[in-house]
Amino acid sequence: MADLVCEHLNMTFTNPQTGAAVEALKDINFTLKKGELLSVLGPSGCGKTTLLNVMAGFINATSGAARLGDKLIDAPGVERGMVFQQGALFEWLPVSRNVDFGLRMKKNDSAENEKLVEKWLDIVGLQGFGETPTYQLSGGMQQRVALARCLINDPEVILMDEPLGALDALTREKMQSLVLELWKETGKTIMIITHSVEEALLLGERLFVMAPRPGRVHKEYNLPFAERGLKESLREIKHDPYFSEVREEILTMIWNMEEEIMGRV
Amino acid sequence: MFEWLSDNRASVAAVLIILFLGAFVWSIVVGRKQARLTATDEVFGDPVRTRGGWYWSVCGVSALMLVWFYFSWGTGRAYFPNAANEMCQIAKLEEAVSPIKAALPIGSRYYKSTLLASRNTAQLDDLQSRLAGTVFTEAEKTELEDLIRRIGALIANSSNPSDMDQQSRDELVGLVERLNELSAFIDAGPGDLTPGEEALAQPAWGTTFAEIPILPVTARGMLFDTASVEAAEIAAEFNRIRNHVPENDRLIADIKEQIDALKETNETGAFDEQVSAEREDYVKAVERIFKRLDDGLIFPAAALADVNTAIANLDASANSAQGGLRFADAVFFPGPGIVKSRTQCTEQGSARWLPKPTDVVATFMRLANPDLENGGGYRGFPLLWWDWLPVADVVAFFVPDWIADAWPGEFASHGDDGTITPNFKDKLLAFAQGEVSLGHIPMLDGHIWDSLFRVLVALGLGIFLGVPLGLFMGVSRFFKSFFDPLIELYRPVPPLAWAPLILTIFGIQDDGKIFLLFMVAFAIMVISARTGASGVQLTKIRASHSLGASDRQIMWNVILPNALPEILTGIRIAVGVCWGTLVAAEMLAGTTGVGFIENIARTVSDYELIWVTILIMGVLGLVFDMIMRWVIKKTIPWRGMG
Repeated sequence: MADLVCEHLNMTFTNPQTGAAVEALKDINFTLKKGELLSVLGPSGCGKTTLLNVMAGFINATSGAARLGDKLIDAPGVERGMVFQQGALFEWLPVSRNVDFGLRMKKNDSAENEKLVEKWLDIVGLQGFGETPTYQLSGGMQQRVALARCLINDPEVILMDEPLGALDALTREKMQSLVLELWKETGKTIMIITHSVEEALLLGERLFVMAPRPGRVHKEYNLPFAERGLKESLREIKHDPYFSEVREEILTMIWNMEEEIMGRV
Repeated sequence: MFEWLSDNRASVAAVLIILFLGAFVWSIVVGRKQARLTATDEVFGDPVRTRGGWYWSVCGVSALMLVWFYFSWGTGRAYFPNAANEMCQIAKLEEAVSPIKAALPIGSRYYKSTLLASRNTAQLDDLQSRLAGTVFTEAEKTELEDLIRRIGALIANSSNPSDMDQQSRDELVGLVERLNELSAFIDAGPGDLTPGEEALAQPAWGTTFAEIPILPVTARGMLFDTASVEAAEIAAEFNRIRNHVPENDRLIADIKEQIDALKETNETGAFDEQVSAEREDYVKAVERIFKRLDDGLIFPAAALADVNTAIANLDASANSAQGGLRFADAVFFPGPGIVKSRTQCTEQGSARWLPKPTDVVATFMRLANPDLENGGGYRGFPLLWWDWLPVADVVAFFVPDWIADAWPGEFASHGDDGTITPNFKDKLLAFAQGEVSLGHIPMLDGHIWDSLFRVLVALGLGIFLGVPLGLFMGVSRFFKSFFDPLIELYRPVPPLAWAPLILTIFGIQDDGKIFLLFMVAFAIMVISARTGASGVQLTKIRASHSLGASDRQIMWNVILPNALPEILTGIRIAVGVCWGTLVAAEMLAGTTGVGFIENIARTVSDYELIWVTILIMGVLGLVFDMIMRWVIKKTIPWRGMG
């Protein structure tokens, strides 16, 4: 079973003109076991997206290593699926061709593809939308297509970059349930970057709060809410006193970080 | 059917004008009603206010057609089909009288005599004032002064009515009488004048190259035509009349003698070169003025006043004889009207360069007729038709000769008995050179097709080579930096600036023009494909990498479709620019194509043909653009929605 491992990861961006260096990530260490759900939270500019891009292989770390099992991550790969904030769908293709894009690139048997597409559209709740152009879908439905497109490739890890950030509150809650369901059913390792404290608490089995300058893991939590969310209503969990307590704690933490950035402390 | 329409184009126009007028009024009524309906539920600036409104299109088109009909005299010809012929007869009278008018205040402000007298007097005064500083001896100067005074006396004598001799008087009186008789003839009206058969057999106005039938076809026209013959005789008579002044006879003899004596002195005097030249110039100047005065062209003003009045009467008679035609002329024939030149009557003003809509259609139909033997096509080539093309020619175009050369073996030589047995290598060469019979295929043909073919081939090559290069330039540092300077160096140069060079290198036939257009299309396609490729959202590229696509797959499946809107817009622009460049290139050189027709039409001032080519180009451009709009709508419906 392949774990996602980060060892002494450093990422420094250097401005080629001025030579000024920014430490986006400093000494990140963690191990994400197979099937764990990690959410990463932090103020703007704390390096959460940089961390995700390193894990995806879009950029390479200055020093240290990211590994999936024994394999060093140095390029994008099908074993690490991505879901982006805006879906990043191919608007010239209908929904089903978007979903089976990965399979077609592998030149799989098309009849088999069709069956898989049917299955995944069913799972994400888009039965019968196969031939719809993606630009006619709502934001929530577009994210469902993006999830299906990622999961149909059967990746070992799913990396999500603020996947629900652009959705309205109601759709967001439905999608959060869907993510939890998919996590349960597929048993994938999932890493979610988010802006929303509530979302991080609801979805994160583990939760990293990151701090900026240099980007680092400030505090780590192990939380019960994701497990509970599989059975209970998410809205009830939000009224749990422990939930509120942790939420207030993290909000204060991030608030202070933001104040520090602005130089008020 | 078409022949009949062509021969009755004035009537066709009359119906069309009424239809357009009806459509114009109707669309305004409908438009105003609609405007009132929507006025309450749409605020100013609401984009909905621009939707629909096809009745305003009807209004605009019919207004344009009405303006075209009006300023091309199409309206005038439709409702006054004989007006041009009658106006031509009136112009004939005008032309006939013009020599008399030119000598009178009625035609040119001053009497010709007044102008002669004033100009010659001024020149004499000038000579007189220069006299003191000349190289002549004092005695000569006195003599010259006397000479100048005598020449001045010639002018004075000619201008005095009491010095006129009786014969000149009688001639002028006779002339006035003839003019008055002509006025009376015109006043009496056409009476039983009827047009001749030859006149009635003339082709109708505008149906042949000689625009306006020159022989009178109406009674009124006959009247003016007859009057113009008499007027021409009177004018000739007027030109013959000289003012003979007995008083001047002796003066003229004296002056001649004096000038001859001066000339004699100049010749025999052995002056040095400069003095001689000055003397000769002065005497020559004096003689020139004298010669202008001794032929009796200056009349006393009082003697010509009667002629002036008689011409004014004639004008008045001609005007009243025109009757309603004057009104029609003023309202329906904007511009200077019809002018008679030596051999024909021509339309002057806007109608000269703006042919009537019906004539333009008729010219177009004549060109579009593929029957070359019966006057169809242009310069022995149809406008747009088809022909049988030998397949072998197409094969020869694509199969190069060197394939035969490269085939192992030798070409056959003639044998001992002088006969030749072709081997396979020979047959291959014949195949590559198109010297085999492979049957025929139908192929489009004609001026329009030639132009279209050039644009389409150049555009095809431009897309085929430009789009891949542009896409690579959008994704690769090497391609961008290597090719950018090359393209940016040639692209800003206007394509027509390249034309002389390209046409010299590649020839004035299709090759040169296609290459020129290819240069245009290529640059546009490269730039648009590059813009499209570099505008792909990074997340889409990253998503496809994570989905396991290879670089080539991303290029083909993500970057190309993403760049399609820009590429199609590029094609749309390239079509327009290519079309414009092509027409100009065809005007520079070549023997076929729409631009070629227009160039020839320009050199012979055939305005109808010029307008036909302009309309052909406009319509083809519109069709191209509509096809592209349709393609864009069908292929990239997601544009602006992603």
